[in-house]
Amino acid sequence: MLLLTIVETSKFELRLSRQSTIHYITNAKNFSNLQLMPFSKANIMAQLQKEILPLQGNKHIAGVGDFDAGLNLIKHAFPNASFPLGAIHEFFCNGAEDVSATGGFISGILSAIMQTGGVSIWISSSRMVFPPALKSFGIEPEKIIFITLQKEKEIFWALEESLRCEGVAAVIAETTGMSFTASRRLQLAVEQSRVTGFIIRQNPVNLATACVTRWKVTHLPIIAHDDLPGLGYPRWNIELLKVRNGTPGNWQLEWAAGRFRHSYKLASINLEKQRKAG
Amino acid sequence: MCKRFVSIWFRYLTTDWFIIRQPHLRNTPFVLSAPSHGRMIVTAANALAESQGVYRGIVLADARAIISGLHFINDRPGLVEKLLKRIAEWCIRFTPFAAIDLPDGIILDVTGCPHLWGGEDPYLNDIVNRLSRRGYHVQAGIADTIGAAWAVARFGKQLNIISKGQTIEALFPLPVAALRLEAVTIASLNKLGLLQIKPLISMPRSALRRRFGNHIVQRLNQALGLEEEILQPVQPIEPYNERLPCIEPIVTAAGIEIALQRLLDALCPRLQQDQKGLRTACFKGYRVDGKIDQVDIATNRPSCNVNHLYKLFEIKLQTIEPGLGIELFVLDAPKVEDHVAEQEKLWEVKGGLDDIRFSELIDHLTGKFGSNTIHRFLPDEHYWPERSIKPASSLQEKATTEWRLNTPRPIQVLPKPEHIEVTAPVPDYPPMNFRYKGKLHKIIKADGPERIEQEWWLQEGQHRDYYAVEDEEGCRYWLFRSGHYDEKYEWFIHGFFA
Repeated sequence: MLLLTIVETSKFELRLSRQSTIHYITNAKNFSNLQLMPFSKANIMAQLQKEILPLQGNKHIAGVGDFDAGLNLIKHAFPNASFPLGAIHEFFCNGAEDVSATGGFISGILSAIMQTGGVSIWISSSRMVFPPALKSFGIEPEKIIFITLQKEKEIFWALEESLRCEGVAAVIAETTGMSFTASRRLQLAVEQSRVTGFIIRQNPVNLATACVTRWKVTHLPIIAHDDLPGLGYPRWNIELLKVRNGTPGNWQLEWAAGRFRHSYKLASINLEKQRKAG
Repeated sequence: MCKRFVSIWFRYLTTDWFIIRQPHLRNTPFVLSAPSHGRMIVTAANALAESQGVYRGIVLADARAIISGLHFINDRPGLVEKLLKRIAEWCIRFTPFAAIDLPDGIILDVTGCPHLWGGEDPYLNDIVNRLSRRGYHVQAGIADTIGAAWAVARFGKQLNIISKGQTIEALFPLPVAALRLEAVTIASLNKLGLLQIKPLISMPRSALRRRFGNHIVQRLNQALGLEEEILQPVQPIEPYNERLPCIEPIVTAAGIEIALQRLLDALCPRLQQDQKGLRTACFKGYRVDGKIDQVDIATNRPSCNVNHLYKLFEIKLQTIEPGLGIELFVLDAPKVEDHVAEQEKLWEVKGGLDDIRFSELIDHLTGKFGSNTIHRFLPDEHYWPERSIKPASSLQEKATTEWRLNTPRPIQVLPKPEHIEVTAPVPDYPPMNFRYKGKLHKIIKADGPERIEQEWWLQEGQHRDYYAVEDEEGCRYWLFRSGHYDEKYEWFIHGFFA
């Protein structure tokens, strides 16, 4: 049965890569080695999964090891346990509040991408982003070019051109409508150039897109009331609705001291405090 | 590099011109006259009339009293400018840089030209001979500065060459009038016994300035080459320019594309050879019916990359309407800058603002959408939120001040603060709830106030007290109250926090 599974998977590989014989032999070899180990099936599956990933456009970028974009806490949701660079990520939003929450979350990821001195482009129809705020997310605001375009068609033209350019670290676009074809074009563009794209979609109509991940970031209301004054760190409820070859999930994160961290820690501290007081 | 200038003096410009046109005037004294303050004034006199004591500036009636039966012709306004311009344009055969020097001269920047005539002597000879043969009385001088050339042309012999670095010695014996001064200054200098330039040069400049004004110091410095003098050439020089005449008028888009490609292929190697890159370029199509179609592009960094420039033009090529056909294509590069290709390879930065691929992308986007859609922001030294950022003028511009981190700022700011209804306890507490776009938000947590005063030297108005608030859904807003409680005040929403 086990052997059969491997043979089947290898056949799948054969269709995909036409290098079946070599793969088959290596797999068989692995199999003989792995047979001795416990959990060998899971190991083989992981091995094969890794080989399939590049064929699906999720290529490993040279020089970038395990890139988690500061999202160390949730990296196991992604294929290869690394945040997919050179891919299109889409974010669903309802209203200006969601857009700002999403903008904050993207800025956190962007700071990790731009750490090597890259430049990013932010395309939108109305320029609302306030550059000084980006500094608190660890981004040099002067390294972001803002492009304001009115027409949807122009936004996509600029987006595609920017994503094709290898001299750019990441491109963020705010738009509403995106057809499946447009998303395919963008995905093909980034597969060539290895630029990371973030698309913020307000009130999306078309849900069928070729994006690698789909997120929904919303503000996280305070769970436990405490007497501490002030707002504290930005907190978000992050839903990973879809991720190709990964596991979707839901997390509560906050941005503190230049990185993401779980938000419930704060809540648990408060609970402890309450217990002590009680 | 040492510059060389030629000054040509036309002593009898207008009268010579009349003699050329009416040869019978050659042997008669005649003057040109024009009305001024209700009488006729002599504006020019020919050599014969001058020898008999009739000068420019005297009243015509006096002149006719001096020479009985004096022939006079009405002067034409603007004649001198017209003649000088025409001669200056003709002088482009000697140097590309020719300028008019009113009222009676032409100045040529001849740096690097005389050796083509076998030296300065034959060069100047050729200029003077050609003009003399046409019938003009001409005197010319060549020197390191415009001022010195002007001086020797008018106060030296017919052919005057001041060799390189000999300017001061050559100027010593010349009269003070050779410094291009006003008549009043010349008169007062002469009155003081300062007849030659020699004593002037050794005098302290401050004393001269105090006595005769700044003009004399400026002229002296210009003559000695201590001060730059700007000339306006009759034909602006555009060294980077390519032409492609067509045997048959071009009407198709493919034809225009080929023409552009050929012009770029010709221009870019030239730029590369001179280690230049173009910043602006202009592609013109001269149509059969006399109209000119034009496409302009601009780049963020000097570039001589054919493919990149072609891509920039390509977006705009559709705007060219060939009509009945285009018979001549011209590619101009009005603005070029130094651009060293090898050096760029060495210092090429991957993925920064200096990345060539990035700046080419920005050129491409600018070409398509115009520069007013693309912004980059730098911090400015203002607390007022709208003024705390300023658009950068170029990709290379650096920030003069640091980004402020001590106060929280929302990631999204409304272009204009919007009015909201607020319930807030007096005097300085944050609001309890507010209504924005019809939705009531109950405020759970708040930070503030952060007071930002108006910058009175820029704008008058009320200060703002900013609060960062969080509603029960966790959404965070940036609200402010403009004005004090006890006076007229209003609440606004200005942004959304991340």
